[in-house]
Amino acid sequence: MNSNQNELQHEEYDHHGLAHVMPVKLLVGVFSLLIFLTIITVLLAQVPLGPWEVWVSLGVATVKATLVCLYFMHLRYDRTFNGFIFLSSIFFVALFLALTLMDLNGPRVPLSGIE
Amino acid sequence: MVMASTTEEQDHHGHGHVAHHFDSAQQQFDAGKLGMWLFLITEILFFSGLFVAYAVYRVNHPEVFIDARQHLNTSLGALNTVVLLFSSLTMAWAVRAAQLGQHKLLSNLIILTLLCASVFLGIKSIEYSHKWGEGLLWAGAYTYGSEELVEQDKSAAKLAATAVLGAPAALIAVVSGAILVFWRKRLSSVVRTLVAVALGMGAIYFVGVGIGIIVEVLTHSSVSHEPGDHSISQVAGEPGPGVFFSIYFTMTGVHALHILIGMGVMLWMLEKSLRFEYGPDYFGPVDFVGLYWHLVDLVWIYLFPLLYLIG
Repeated sequence: MNSNQNELQHEEYDHHGLAHVMPVKLLVGVFSLLIFLTIITVLLAQVPLGPWEVWVSLGVATVKATLVCLYFMHLRYDRTFNGFIFLSSIFFVALFLALTLMDLNGPRVPLSGIE
Repeated sequence: MVMASTTEEQDHHGHGHVAHHFDSAQQQFDAGKLGMWLFLITEILFFSGLFVAYAVYRVNHPEVFIDARQHLNTSLGALNTVVLLFSSLTMAWAVRAAQLGQHKLLSNLIILTLLCASVFLGIKSIEYSHKWGEGLLWAGAYTYGSEELVEQDKSAAKLAATAVLGAPAALIAVVSGAILVFWRKRLSSVVRTLVAVALGMGAIYFVGVGIGIIVEVLTHSSVSHEPGDHSISQVAGEPGPGVFFSIYFTMTGVHALHILIGMGVMLWMLEKSLRFEYGPDYFGPVDFVGLYWHLVDLVWIYLFPLLYLIG
């Protein structure tokens, strides 16, 4: 059974190979890492970190997201263009967020009625 | 080329046909994947609107957010995170099973993913009904801390909300069960399996509800519920704590809607999987539905810390 699976995995680069096949060990390994990171982020939330809290939480979340994207969503083994499309959306989200937040901190001109 | 045959492979290995407008199966697969990724980035931008709303209100009213956060049960949120991560594992594994022509494993993994989604919704219903009972609702409906709410009223309200949220699952379970009991012989084995899965999903939803209740009772002491907790009561003229819950219910609600849609699509996919339509030649749909499901998981990976942990 194992040798058949290995045979099929090597075959994937022959004409039946529409895409790379993920090894089970890698899937389970990534899952374990994701669970570990979830525990870490919950524990870190108990530690008072002041203004760093947001960045630490988002940082751990981003590591988890990267794992999901690269391995569960297969981007590591995919055509590079798909990853590029994904990253381009992140760029626009960052733009959206940055410009909106900048607007919040900008100077306010009080509106007065027309006399 | 040698096709290794295992007992799981049967005699077909997924005869998806190549649509006439594609030159090859590879092109069909790549085009489908590209299409799904383009759809996913529209979903990312869609959710980003909600995330930016969160950021804006958080920057403007940090104290409201920090205080309101105390009313969210971190344990339930963390549990739901684990459930969704596990469902992502089963979904990614299902893609692998489809690629290798492991038909039975593929169907079982899709069913497992569906059951995880049911547990997620069951746990979520406990969170929602808890807030309904305490008056921790969206702007305009926020009544927490007001003197009118008595303990008995709160418990009754919680129970009512749990019942209302659980009604669809109960209906699905009862109807599926009835179909299996009375019409079993007239159904094909595929339809019978699908109805059994529907029954399972309805039942497992209540397992989620049960887990949610147990965890909520065990962690009750860590969530502050003093009636005199006026730190986040409504201040006239200012956006109050209701705004946090507007954002909370919208974000988690839209996310839950995506879970429901995903469940529907997965049932459609399960039907095809039970008919052995997926295999090394044709597994695109499994792959693409998997991508959608991982995106739903990704959104939650960010929702969890932003709503439950920061503050």
